[in-house]
Amino acid sequence: MTNPTTAVGNNPAIETANGISDEGLVAPRQHLLDLDDLSAGEINDLLDSAEGMLEIAGRDNRKTPALRGKTIITMFFENSTRTRVSFEQAGKILGADVINVTASASSVSKGESLLNTVKTLQAMQIDALVVRHPHSGASYFISNHTDASVVNAGDGTHAHPTQSLLDLFTVRNHIGDMTGKKIAIVGDVLYSRVARSNILAFQKMGAEVTVSCPNTLIPDEWNLGSTLGDETGFGGLKLARNVDEAVDSADVVMALRIQQERQDAGHLPSLREYSDRWGINAQRMALANDGALLMHPGPMNEGVEISSEVAHGAQSVVEEQVRNGVAVRMAVLYTLCAPGKSTRIGNSESTSGDEA
Amino acid sequence: MHLAARKLAITGGRVIDPAQGIDRVADVLISNGKIDEVTASSEWTMLDDYEVIDASGKIVSPGFVDLHTHLRDPGQEWKETIITGTRAAACGGFTTISAMPNTDPVQDSAAVVDDVVRRSAADGLVRVLPIGAISIGQKGKQLAPMGELADSGVIGFSDDGNPVADANLMRQALSYSVELGLPIINHAEDKKIGAGGVMSAGTVATRLGLAGVPAEAETAMVARDLHLADLTKARLHIPHISTVGSLVALRTAKDSGVDVTAEVTPHHLTLSDEWVYGLKGEVPAAVGSEAYDTNTKVNPPLRSRADVEAVIDALSEGLIDIIATDHAPHAATDKVCTYNEAAHGINVLETAFSSVFQLVDTGKISVVRLIESLTAGPAAILRKDLGSLKKGFSADVAIIDPGSKWIVNPEQLESKSVNSPLAGVELTGRVVTTIYQGETVFDLNASGVFSEAKQ
Amino acid sequence: MTNEIERVLLTQDDIRRAMTRISHEILEQNRASSDLVLVGLQTRGVHIAKRLADSIERIEGFRPVVGTLDPRLWRDDPEVASGQPLLPSDIPEGVDGKPVVIVDDVLYTGRTIRAAMEALLDFGRASRIQLAVLVDRGHRELPIRPDFIGKNIPTARGERVQVRITEIDGDDAVVLGRED
Repeated sequence: MTNPTTAVGNNPAIETANGISDEGLVAPRQHLLDLDDLSAGEINDLLDSAEGMLEIAGRDNRKTPALRGKTIITMFFENSTRTRVSFEQAGKILGADVINVTASASSVSKGESLLNTVKTLQAMQIDALVVRHPHSGASYFISNHTDASVVNAGDGTHAHPTQSLLDLFTVRNHIGDMTGKKIAIVGDVLYSRVARSNILAFQKMGAEVTVSCPNTLIPDEWNLGSTLGDETGFGGLKLARNVDEAVDSADVVMALRIQQERQDAGHLPSLREYSDRWGINAQRMALANDGALLMHPGPMNEGVEISSEVAHGAQSVVEEQVRNGVAVRMAVLYTLCAPGKSTRIGNSESTSGDEA
Repeated sequence: MHLAARKLAITGGRVIDPAQGIDRVADVLISNGKIDEVTASSEWTMLDDYEVIDASGKIVSPGFVDLHTHLRDPGQEWKETIITGTRAAACGGFTTISAMPNTDPVQDSAAVVDDVVRRSAADGLVRVLPIGAISIGQKGKQLAPMGELADSGVIGFSDDGNPVADANLMRQALSYSVELGLPIINHAEDKKIGAGGVMSAGTVATRLGLAGVPAEAETAMVARDLHLADLTKARLHIPHISTVGSLVALRTAKDSGVDVTAEVTPHHLTLSDEWVYGLKGEVPAAVGSEAYDTNTKVNPPLRSRADVEAVIDALSEGLIDIIATDHAPHAATDKVCTYNEAAHGINVLETAFSSVFQLVDTGKISVVRLIESLTAGPAAILRKDLGSLKKGFSADVAIIDPGSKWIVNPEQLESKSVNSPLAGVELTGRVVTTIYQGETVFDLNASGVFSEAKQ
Repeated sequence: MTNEIERVLLTQDDIRRAMTRISHEILEQNRASSDLVLVGLQTRGVHIAKRLADSIERIEGFRPVVGTLDPRLWRDDPEVASGQPLLPSDIPEGVDGKPVVIVDDVLYTGRTIRAAMEALLDFGRASRIQLAVLVDRGHRELPIRPDFIGKNIPTARGERVQVRITEIDGDDAVVLGRED
């Protein structure tokens, strides 16, 4: 998401020092809709920035003028206190004005209204729109109708890129290079935007991702016990026959929230049976590598997809995930919204700069 | 000047009239709104009496017949009207279209059908044949007065848009239609299996996170309907068939003598579910903001490439009888929204021929079979004297320039709506002139549609 | 950049001598204050600050605290600011009541230093803030003046001053480049 090549025009050596590859001029990114169009390098840049942001977010006085005068709107068509507050805090630490708009999808039941809502906000000169919407592709749609930067805070069953970034950040902080590491994702893959974004994200970082869930909760064209080919868009993803196979020797175990609706729609006989066969508990964590991390994007159904014992145990990094969420979202908002970013290309001599 | 008395000679074109087995360079002579004859140019000398249209280098076809058109009139006139819909038809080379009954009010009574018939005759640029509803209000509970509707001239019965979910009601509808001799046209989709899907299930749906409808949602109901048609010995017409499984069931049924016909749409013949990525069929490495192209949302959904290849082959060999457009205009606001919210349907009439003509260019189907599936094929299902250049038939003609290239610009379509996924796509082969009952109702070179008789 | 012509302005020895002199000057002006804090600006300033601390320790026998600061979020020219990942800032025990020397490699417009002074406020109220740079190349856009300078190098705006540091770049040198 960065454009390193001309950023510090007089001092190219800094770029290599920071591990940023010089791949030629890249247009600055306007939106963050998913991670599939980010390179591993771009993702690492964001995580590097999150490192600095984490330090700032941890200060007693955590207010910076970086996005002073910028207006960020969080537009949530689904309830999610934790994600909304995380974005709000991130924006405020960076000095932006953050306005929260909550709208139920039912009151904005037609796309015409969604379009009008976006156009109305657009007319108020906003700089970024953070969008949570129950329909897949909603943030993509919105990005076509606004000049503001759009950050996808979860679209339907499609993607949740900032959740993935914070998960990557959390894992990187613990185990560093993810190449060859085994990530087990256990839960509702069919309906989970977190699963989808995380599969792509961890694979991009070189990790080996295995999922486990009931056969009713994977797409029909996938088969348990197989490894997906590249034509699926998730090439290399392993579909375990059962949860033990997935968790076995894993470096990271991620449990996903299971919704009551899945039982109601006939995907599951009962949450009890799910808990019995796919719930992550101490016995199953014991199959993972020593020191394996236990993650959950929250909110947790303790006793269903994750036992209370392990959810609050030594291997759990659930709270850390939440804390990291603010830093990662700061990095995202800053990278997308920093004033003047649109003039970054070709600025090498017109602006000041050999001061690092 | 009374146009019906016009004498017209369409000269020098390649005349393709599958109903008569004609495929040769010839002249078509028209008078009093009827076909006089198809003849070699040396055999007539009445040149001075005729207005001549030089069709050399062009294909001269009977006017196309569409069994599946949504005119939205009455009730949703902001999407399309009888006037704009028939103008669109004329531009696409269609001289006969069939109005689906999912209007508001539904065409489930003689009163509504009579209104459509009357206004079509008065305002329509081409022939409009009504289709009656199977059930009252298309609600799938109680049969519509099918006899009364037949008396009003419907050419078949359909709850299109909704399947007849109740197997017993479907059985009774088929059985009741036997006496009327008209086909039941059931939109085959098991909504329970579909489970709220908005596009075809598969890799594309999975990548986009869109709920997928498995092909089996169609296949299961097609199979059911075929068995019920066998049971009742009724005429079944399967609209917009789109899956490999449906074709397997169709073949078995046809082989065992079930009285069934089937249609396929231009979009199911030419577009796969990969079009939902918004890159005109290209598969992107990463999903971009052009994805979730709502103009690709249609029911049945665009299927996999394997399904597309299968329906092409089935049409080519005649397993699928005809092409029908399922022209489904929608207002811009119905498509400028999220994919979930978008209305189902594609604006087809004016792009239909050009899009399927690609299949001729790529050698997947013969031009004669293609034209048969747009003319003699649907006319045979209608059991009407249409879709051919036989002497005495209505002088309905489409003249096609097979080399004409054009780029689809929905804003320039005669249809009131712009919901085409082909926007910006270059197509080759285009209807340049349409003649209906001996009158020129569309002439591309005269910049568009005109009909002096109607003004 | 392929057409670039480079000219070495300071060699490794020049840099070593300059650093030693600056160390003495810092000690003089701060009366060998033992609560002195050197704050290096990311990234090269950090390494220069560490070397100054080493040098001061050799001379005076005590080692000043070295902090790191990335003032990017406080800059007013964010097209420079947002170009690369933000780096963590860390000043052990803060700067409350202590003399601080901000250390950077090149002083140019002064905008980084302004941002750094503001960013420093979050770490407490320093008793005084001074500035040490290895190179002052002129072209100030703000009323900022360094207290300790390795070398004044008058430059044209089209020129590029590059400070190379062994810890990052593999060798020590200050190089003048010009794109033509």
